[in-house]
Amino acid sequence: MSMKVQTRQVDGVTILDLSGRITLGEGSVTIRDAVRDVLAKGSNKILLNLAEINYIDSSGIGELVSAFTTVKNSGGELKLLNLTKKVHDLLQITKLYTVFDVKDDEASAISSFTK
Amino acid sequence: MTFGKSTSTLPSSLSSATADGYEGSARTALADSTTSRVSFTLDSSLDSVNKVELTAEEAAQRAGFDEETATHVAMAVREAAVNAVLHGNAYDPNKHITASFETRSDSLVIRVTDQGPGLDPDSIPDPLAPENILRGSGRGIFLIRAFMDEVHFRQLHPGTELTLIKHRTPAQPGN
Repeated sequence: MSMKVQTRQVDGVTILDLSGRITLGEGSVTIRDAVRDVLAKGSNKILLNLAEINYIDSSGIGELVSAFTTVKNSGGELKLLNLTKKVHDLLQITKLYTVFDVKDDEASAISSFTK
Repeated sequence: MTFGKSTSTLPSSLSSATADGYEGSARTALADSTTSRVSFTLDSSLDSVNKVELTAEEAAQRAGFDEETATHVAMAVREAAVNAVLHGNAYDPNKHITASFETRSDSLVIRVTDQGPGLDPDSIPDPLAPENILRGSGRGIFLIRAFMDEVHFRQLHPGTELTLIKHRTPAQPGN
């Protein structure tokens, strides 16, 4: 199953609702392109909603890290929302859970971005 | 193609792999502790990675591992297959990977080989080190080690063989 992305705007924050798998050859390039598109449109406050991501591999983890650093280097913020247990556990194992700003409530996540 | 006595417990995805034209073989001379064993030769493609991953998950389920453990085994085997296809064979259409699945009374043993230049596991940077934590790659071998009980590397000259082992508990169901 390939990954799908839906984009919406809430209070100046671009939310990417992702669903499916983030793996080599499936979702990893999709995420990269989606984040680049958001940055190209002048927005650098990005919230990745991973509620419907049921699988991620090391390539997918790497793509999340790359997206995080790309947005950060552009002066913006990228945060993660609604991790499934599988993704949560993977970020814990790889010590990335504390690198990312992880949220479990959309409203508080939106309000946490720098105004 | 003829399978040996091990075919009665083969995961369904193995059948589909052979039906798609992949080469497969099962060995009939099984050790006393081995209940099933099968090996495949596959193209250096992401399609092969997905087939190996699916086969690993089914093999783990048949060996009686719980759902979470079976997912972890499949994830580890996927990482090994990605390494073989991407870093080992570099998608070379003239090179193949092999994947074998052996269920023993005490463990599930999966071997993945490639025909690449070889892999020195000691040369892989620690992905948890502060200087590497934000790297966009380099976590595959780490995840394999995290999810499997034993991981062994063997240089084939050319190529690399990764052996991934998950121990079964004595009371574990499955075959």
